[in-house]
Amino acid sequence: MTQLTHHTLPNGLTILLREAHSAPVISWWLAYRVGSRNEPTGLTGISHWVEHMMFKGTERFPAGMLDREIDRAGGQWNAFTSMDATKYFETLPAGKIDIAMEAEADRMTNAIFDPEETESERTVIISERQGAENQPTFWLQEEVRGAAFRVHGYHHEIIGDEADLRAMTRDDLYHHYRRHYNPANAAAIAVGAFDSDEMLAKIERLFASIEASAAPALFSRAEPAQSGERRVVVERPGKTAFFELCHRAPAADHEDWFKLQIMNAILSGSGGASDNKTSRLYRALVKTEIAAGVGAWLTPTVDPYLYSIIVTLRDDRQPQEAEAALLAEIARLQADGVSDAELEKARKQTRAAFAYSAESVTEQAYGLAQSFILGDVHWFDRYSERLMAVSAEDVLEVANRYLAPRKRVVGILNPTDPAEEATP
Amino acid sequence: MTDRGASIPNSSNIARAELDNGITLLVYENPAVQSVNLMGSLHAGSIYEAPEKSGLASLTAGALMTGTAARDFDAIHGALEDVGADLGFRGHIHKAGLSGKALAEDLRLLLDVAAEALRQPVFPAEHAERLRGERLTWLQYSSFDTRYRAAKAMREALYPAAHPYHYGTYGDEDSIARISVDDLQAFHEKHYGPQSMILVIVGAVEAADAIELATNAFGDWRNPAQPAVRQATAPEACSDGRRPTVFLPGKTQSDISMGVIGPARKAEDYLAAQLANSVLGEFGMMGRIGKSVREEKGLAYYAFSRLGGGHGPDPWTVSAGVNPENVELAIASVLEELERLTTEAVSDEDLADNQSYFTGRMPLRLESNEGIASHIHSMESFNLGLNYLAKYDELITSITKDDMLRAAQRYLRPEEMVVAVAGPDRENSEAAD
Repeated sequence: MTQLTHHTLPNGLTILLREAHSAPVISWWLAYRVGSRNEPTGLTGISHWVEHMMFKGTERFPAGMLDREIDRAGGQWNAFTSMDATKYFETLPAGKIDIAMEAEADRMTNAIFDPEETESERTVIISERQGAENQPTFWLQEEVRGAAFRVHGYHHEIIGDEADLRAMTRDDLYHHYRRHYNPANAAAIAVGAFDSDEMLAKIERLFASIEASAAPALFSRAEPAQSGERRVVVERPGKTAFFELCHRAPAADHEDWFKLQIMNAILSGSGGASDNKTSRLYRALVKTEIAAGVGAWLTPTVDPYLYSIIVTLRDDRQPQEAEAALLAEIARLQADGVSDAELEKARKQTRAAFAYSAESVTEQAYGLAQSFILGDVHWFDRYSERLMAVSAEDVLEVANRYLAPRKRVVGILNPTDPAEEATP
Repeated sequence: MTDRGASIPNSSNIARAELDNGITLLVYENPAVQSVNLMGSLHAGSIYEAPEKSGLASLTAGALMTGTAARDFDAIHGALEDVGADLGFRGHIHKAGLSGKALAEDLRLLLDVAAEALRQPVFPAEHAERLRGERLTWLQYSSFDTRYRAAKAMREALYPAAHPYHYGTYGDEDSIARISVDDLQAFHEKHYGPQSMILVIVGAVEAADAIELATNAFGDWRNPAQPAVRQATAPEACSDGRRPTVFLPGKTQSDISMGVIGPARKAEDYLAAQLANSVLGEFGMMGRIGKSVREEKGLAYYAFSRLGGGHGPDPWTVSAGVNPENVELAIASVLEELERLTTEAVSDEDLADNQSYFTGRMPLRLESNEGIASHIHSMESFNLGLNYLAKYDELITSITKDDMLRAAQRYLRPEEMVVAVAGPDRENSEAAD
């Protein structure tokens, strides 16, 4: 990958640029430091709803205009709200990127939030939540989060609680937008076939005139230390049981996060959701026919979050069997550590995964946007190097410190008989 | 011919070789990356299985990597995972497909493992059983998924039981219980072979080297038992619209799946139908359907249309997820848009917008090895010619509004549309409250 160029405009806007000339395309991103972790009770889901409203237009770019223009240009555009951030992107043929840049500059301050559009979008968002509720695992995840975080904003789903989605007003949304969407709380990122000096000049022309204001104080409350295992049980109609085992994980800027990431690669495979059929968890759970599948996730987050392992039970197996097998694997890891061969495999998988992601300018730009959100613009670029520095001793040490019983949150989804549920 | 630039895959930069056993190799050099992508197919899909053993082709494809004459399960997956490579096989309706990727330095390994899995699988009983159990769990989970159930009900109403498209490629809980290891072996022996197989390699490789490696891996493969390629024709048209409904307890949203039989990829009016579909439920925020159902009425988070366009009579579908109270309103809104598309030619603006969308998106689709491999595979598989992408702009811009109207009228016949809904039983759930 070519060198990263990093600038900051006088109004506080961070700019990250990387040239990539392998294909005639550019991926252009705006990332804002506000996500569901910054939402107080009563306003859960507001960041995501604001993201939806950003597609409802400005005076210069009315609703539907950009859908049309970007599709006409053969581009892609979308947005994501996460726990930590709201990100917008457009990936377009290189000669057609200007309209996307102009639109993002415009909607940083000029989104309309028409009251009628807001009401129409309320039902769309409630429909999005209800669609998610149709998946039994959504209920499990919501309960596990709620049990893991009593104080911190990671306790609620990004989509928000239905009660808040029904009660929030247009003014709540607009206030959230005006407060968080300003240059000092944002980064503009471009990766692709451009000249960096020319791209910087374009960004300056579009964004430098946006009035500077101090970065907002983000709503955030630290989670108190956990003092014992927490356990939740969810029952939903169906036939499939799930078991989830979570442990507290550090924020992504902590060196321990990378040690845990190598540990995770050895437990479940480098890709996360794992089809990694030689990983320890696959052998312990799937090969033994306790589970139909197992996946593990260590999400890079601004504040300490969770390392989560989710097991899909086979038809005739019980969550307790998954729990026993998982705990035995953790105990083995804590006692015996990992081998040099396992470490080497995790490193090569990391190198390959990076090579694959480098094929896409959109993925590269996503990595840079995420780096900005995590507070270190070089986080993505240094990711491989930091993983390569992890030793077998490091893995043993973090396995013992982080996978401790008193830091566990356990979730069980028990299926209930659909016939009984259907009886009036 | 329109010159789209030297980077567009075409007959002059794709190396194509036909092996004497019937395999077609296609290699495209992409020196801008460090990796290599492998994509391929052969005629071993579910169209060759008996209905009572629905799922056999897919289970066979899935079990290819559970053990070969040369390596056991752990050795296969260890070899790939040790170097961060990935290889998988899937059963589709007409074909079994393979896809894989690796760092370019590991292409030989990727091809060797692919060749062993395709040519010498041994289907160890314990692994085949385990895979069956995993499929069973997936089917059980899906049986409570409203989106899956709506699509399944639509498919089963649209295609009669005698038609191969009536069945899902994974089969059902009963049919996969009937499949034995002997069935897997027999299916493999009969249907897996080099005849008409396609193999595409894209990435940081020299074409001559890649062809040599692939020839070494597959060149001496023979299977005289392979039957002729089987085709699927459109079933008799439905005489009336059908409305299957599936009630699932504990759900808060209903999913709607509407479908008619659409054109095959090789149909003359396929591209015109694709453009019409884009106007209907794709362009911008999910086309006219998205505008009506989501943007104007706020009824749904998602509402879109899709055209299958495979080797046979795939469905042309509309899907939406809505609050149970809004099901009828959403269906009526979609039917209004279908009526409009089949009675009025689209505007000049719609035509220009969608033509521009189709031609403009090509650079993004050809950005990655996988995207390039997929397009080259399609050109070969559907006999489009290796200069298809180079001619693509011309093909799209030559389509007229009348072409689109005729395609919409030919396929989107409201009286034949199946409308399936899966969701909560509102009356019973209200009674329960």
